[in-house]
Amino acid sequence: MSASRAELFYELYDFYARYTEALDDGPLERWPEFFSEDCMYQIIPRDNYDRDLPVAIMRCESRDMIRDRVTAVNETMMYEPRYLRHHTTDIRIEETPGPDITVRANFSVIETLPDELPRILMSGRYLDRIVRSDDLGLQFKEKLCVFDSVLVPNSIVFPV
Amino acid sequence: MNKRATEASRLWPDAGNSQIPYWIYSDPDIFDKEMERIFCGSSWAYVGLAAELPEPGSFLTTNIGDRPVVICRNREGDLRGFVNRCAHRGVKFCRHRSGQTNRFTCPYHQWTYDLNGDLKGVPFMRGVNGQGGMPADFDPAANGLQQLKVIAHNGVLFASFDLDMTDFTSYLGESNRYYFERVFDGRELRLLGHSRQLIRGNWKLMFENIKDPYHASLLHVFLVTFGLFRADQQAQVKMDASGGHGLLISRKGEQKASEATQDIANLREDFKLKDPRLLDPVKEFKDSATVVMQTLWPNLIIQQQSNTIAMRQVQPRDPSSFILAWTFFGYADDDEAMTTRRLRQANLMSASGLVSCDDSEVIKLAQDGINSDVDGHALLEMGGRDTEDTEHMVTETAIRAFYKHYRAVMEL
Repeated sequence: MSASRAELFYELYDFYARYTEALDDGPLERWPEFFSEDCMYQIIPRDNYDRDLPVAIMRCESRDMIRDRVTAVNETMMYEPRYLRHHTTDIRIEETPGPDITVRANFSVIETLPDELPRILMSGRYLDRIVRSDDLGLQFKEKLCVFDSVLVPNSIVFPV
Repeated sequence: MNKRATEASRLWPDAGNSQIPYWIYSDPDIFDKEMERIFCGSSWAYVGLAAELPEPGSFLTTNIGDRPVVICRNREGDLRGFVNRCAHRGVKFCRHRSGQTNRFTCPYHQWTYDLNGDLKGVPFMRGVNGQGGMPADFDPAANGLQQLKVIAHNGVLFASFDLDMTDFTSYLGESNRYYFERVFDGRELRLLGHSRQLIRGNWKLMFENIKDPYHASLLHVFLVTFGLFRADQQAQVKMDASGGHGLLISRKGEQKASEATQDIANLREDFKLKDPRLLDPVKEFKDSATVVMQTLWPNLIIQQQSNTIAMRQVQPRDPSSFILAWTFFGYADDDEAMTTRRLRQANLMSASGLVSCDDSEVIKLAQDGINSDVDGHALLEMGGRDTEDTEHMVTETAIRAFYKHYRAVMEL
């Protein structure tokens, strides 16, 4: 690994760590700031993704749509309070042409409900495209969260 | 957590369909009886879309109640269905969600069935070197898979354990047939994908939820905020003659405060979408209804909210949990813009639904509360105590009608 590549890897590692920290420790208003204005964010079952079926369980086609979901989670939706803990591992930079940085990584999310022990909510892989701007640093232009299988426990309230 | 009610408390409350005893949500004996009488009895259970079985040899696996089943097309392209359980030793032989095959072979001893469910191969049936094998009178023709009756109505597949089951259109009844064929008018469907939730509540709570317009105008602040479902809109609640099927029909209103919203504690009338493409509905059906939620006994909810259309299949697992299996679709002649619109509006639904997440959460909370009082009962008196159709939403009549039918089938 060249020095610049090692530097990029370290930078990405830090970016993903800050992303999961924002999701786990909040406030949720920090979540949209990791995305570019024209981003695409999806949580999609692997069974759909592998068969080219387009339905996602969460689909935001812009940073504003992500902000709308934050408002809904904070103001209109009803759910049991919970803590989430995201774990991102095996971050790998893919060789692709063009200026965007293409990254694959594994994720798992552990959920803790009141009066219950922690349980695995979801596991899957991130297929991400990241852009860099001078003033804003790294941002997700595309974040695709493909979770294994298709079944989830009860509800997925918060993003992955 | 399952609790057996004492014999003494197993009498249905005298009030009838407006009081629902809590033991029916947790008693394992009741659950077993429900599987036998409701799901494996004289009913048409939804099992999939014809679009999921495009050609001869296509198959899918699903559940009717807690029973695993296989639905397929045989060599001639005719629909077949059978229980996913080998006639030899009970193995759930088909392990794939869907696919394409010429035969089904059980992995344990390689007993092989054709696409009609007939037993075609038993390895070593005549023994090896003259030793062993099945008795001379073993008849493969009498040892096929347990058969289901399967039909397709305008692209939707239903199956029944009752091989003499009545025809589907008379099962639906007149008004439910009209609304069923409003969405399924014979046009080819385009499958958009699946999602599934394991919800920790009794399966009947799901039907109560969808048959309950009272909650929709209160719990679903998102719907009310954007005028998609409000207590002051023109609406109907309709049932079939049995009470088992139901319809909630309503029309989109405005985003404004009114008498119908003043009781909603956390209404956000100032919430404006930053990206309004999320809610950009276009009229696509012939009547003025913008939302029709149809519940078909015993396991199906057909959702049409704006341009998001989906099947929600209820698969009970045990007294306190069920899988809610969503199948989203559009029409084969949808243009790109309509497909994108459907995919955006799917944000309202399923596990992360801006609306339906409220339901999966509240169903779990309901089960958590019910479990602690097996001798108590729920109160269903909103809109009176009878089971008539209504022209408003401030009612629990469709839930009472559901229990009228439930009690008849269960003899409770």
